Amino acid sequence: MKDRVDFDSVQIFDVSRHFGRRRALANVSLAARAGDIVGLLGPNGAGKSTLITMLATLATPSKGEIRYGNETASRLGPSLRTRIGLLAHELHLYPELSARQNLRFFAELYGLDARAPVDDALESAGLADRGDEAVSTFSRGMRQRLALERSLLHAPRLVLLDEPFTGLDDRAVGLISDRLRRLAAAGTIVLLATHDLDLADGLVTRVALIRDGRLLLDEPASPGLRARYRARIGAH
Amino acid sequence: MRKVFGPLAALTGLMFVASPFIVARAPFESSMGIVSKIFYFHVPSWFAMFTAIAICGGASLIHLFRNNPRADRIAEAAGEIAVVFGLMGLVTGPLWGRKAWGVWWIWDAKLTIALLLEMTFISGIMVRKYGGPGSDKLAAAVGIFGLAVTPFVYEAVNIWRTIHPLTSVVPTLPQRMAVPFWFCVTAYMLLLVVLLMLRVNLGKRQAALDELYLAYED
Amino acid sequence: MFFRTAWLVLKKDAAIEAKSWEVLTTTLFFAVSCVLIFAFAFVKEGRAVEDAAAGILWIAIAFSGTLALGRTFERERYSETLRALLLAPAPRAALYVGKLLGMLALLGLAELLLVPLIALLFQATLFARPLLLVALLAGGTIGFCAVGTLFAAMLVRARSRDVLLPILLYPIIIPVIIAGVRGTTALLGATPDEPTAIMWIGVLGAFDVVFVTLSLWTFEPLMTE
Repeated sequence: MKDRVDFDSVQIFDVSRHFGRRRALANVSLAARAGDIVGLLGPNGAGKSTLITMLATLATPSKGEIRYGNETASRLGPSLRTRIGLLAHELHLYPELSARQNLRFFAELYGLDARAPVDDALESAGLADRGDEAVSTFSRGMRQRLALERSLLHAPRLVLLDEPFTGLDDRAVGLISDRLRRLAAAGTIVLLATHDLDLADGLVTRVALIRDGRLLLDEPASPGLRARYRARIGAH
Repeated sequence: MRKVFGPLAALTGLMFVASPFIVARAPFESSMGIVSKIFYFHVPSWFAMFTAIAICGGASLIHLFRNNPRADRIAEAAGEIAVVFGLMGLVTGPLWGRKAWGVWWIWDAKLTIALLLEMTFISGIMVRKYGGPGSDKLAAAVGIFGLAVTPFVYEAVNIWRTIHPLTSVVPTLPQRMAVPFWFCVTAYMLLLVVLLMLRVNLGKRQAALDELYLAYED
Repeated sequence: MFFRTAWLVLKKDAAIEAKSWEVLTTTLFFAVSCVLIFAFAFVKEGRAVEDAAAGILWIAIAFSGTLALGRTFERERYSETLRALLLAPAPRAALYVGKLLGMLALLGLAELLLVPLIALLFQATLFARPLLLVALLAGGTIGFCAVGTLFAAMLVRARSRDVLLPILLYPIIIPVIIAGVRGTTALLGATPDEPTAIMWIGVLGAFDVVFVTLSLWTFEPLMTE
């Protein structure tokens, strides 16, 4: 493939986003580099999902800009999206299709040779034996695992996760955390939005605290997130 | 508001006050007598409506591709004003038609075209009102598509029905009718500009209010 | 990448539809009930009001098409899969093309049912000039679906989307309806009026070119929040 898009950092410059009178984000500046696992922490409604949507090129900021490497999304064009993987709250799975069909569709959409990546993904999600059942029969946890694998199929450089631990038991949380650590070690930029400080503890390498659309702080992570930040966030 | 607004509004007002006198002095049109004088108000309102549609379409295009709030305000204002002038035309048209053809509505080409365009731009107002967040982009689509469909509506309806006075009447107006006619057209265009300025200014004030709300939360 | 993506979207929609055939069967059934309702309105003493057949055909297409558009995009709203499609590394207009082709196939099937049905119920000689009729239907369906697919897609995240779709769509596609009905009527006369039909086919062709282009052009900015 000629001229493959790649970047090793993502920079958010003074980004604001408002919907009429409602401000979703105000003057947020943040940078993430290859190997980072950035935790976007904050209560529900803080603006984390909005920021993730913009990083995924699904929305544009009202002010400010986002750069991938040194270029904006509009300069890089559609092939930028080969390097971005998103696991959103809504999961983006077709309930009528089977797990395998879902994975195959998205694999082909990203131009991957379908067989091997799909089988591996099913294996990683622990769904190898239920690969041909309709997703509508899956529990939330199973769908979550499948959606995560789907977002990683094309080996993206930037992985965006919005509340990835919903509906997962401890074992699954552990598996995913290990997976994310391995990805980061291999040079992936991971941005993880969650309101659950305990689950983020020990996983994230940087903490970006967001509340009411503002970035309260941005610093390296250290153990004991809940104790440290609970008061700042004012939740849980 | 720009400084030119005051003088423009005053001029428009004066022209409208003067217009009945100017129209009264124009000669009667041969077949319809005094009723034909509605022509001086009916046709200029179409000119204004089509101009407003063009402005709306253009501003919508700019807003959709450049995310320009000012263009959005202009598009919103122009869309509403197109509906207003369209309404004027759709009221004066049947009034004239009742006298000229005996019935209020006979699906004559031009009135039908106007009705369709009116519906299009009313739907644009509705989408802004009921579409929820992001409806400015939806309304921009309506503005652009509304402008793009105008030639097709024109073409299709014209072929479908023609009983209306031919368009070519305007260029061949005798001078004693042409003067009052173009006077009224100018008055309507000025009215369009004045209304546009007023409405865009209102939009600007609303946006400023939104900004204040946002700033207050900081 | 562009046409491959469009093809993948089309294939995926066909695969989903093949599981239950829900949209197809409900659309077909609705189209038939449309025809029946109009039949009761326009048939007197066993004969249809003159030229009603052409009008009923195009109304049935417009109404069942609107319903089908709503149902198709409702599927992409569930689990917000439309967003996942927008993340594909292809120009976003390719998604529009994939959805458009799917809608064309769906309405095409509906028309395969509607035309013989209407010919039967209203003793309409729809098959006098089959090629011209097909051209009319193709031109009109493409025009309707071109604008309809765009509007339905952009309304997916809007409030009141169910009623806003017809409100926004119908005024814009009236020229298509006029051309379709007048063209079909021209073909239904005692001697089919070919030049008129061909003229209307031309109008439809121009409409299609303009509006498919406009839709391709505006799809991406409309789908970005």
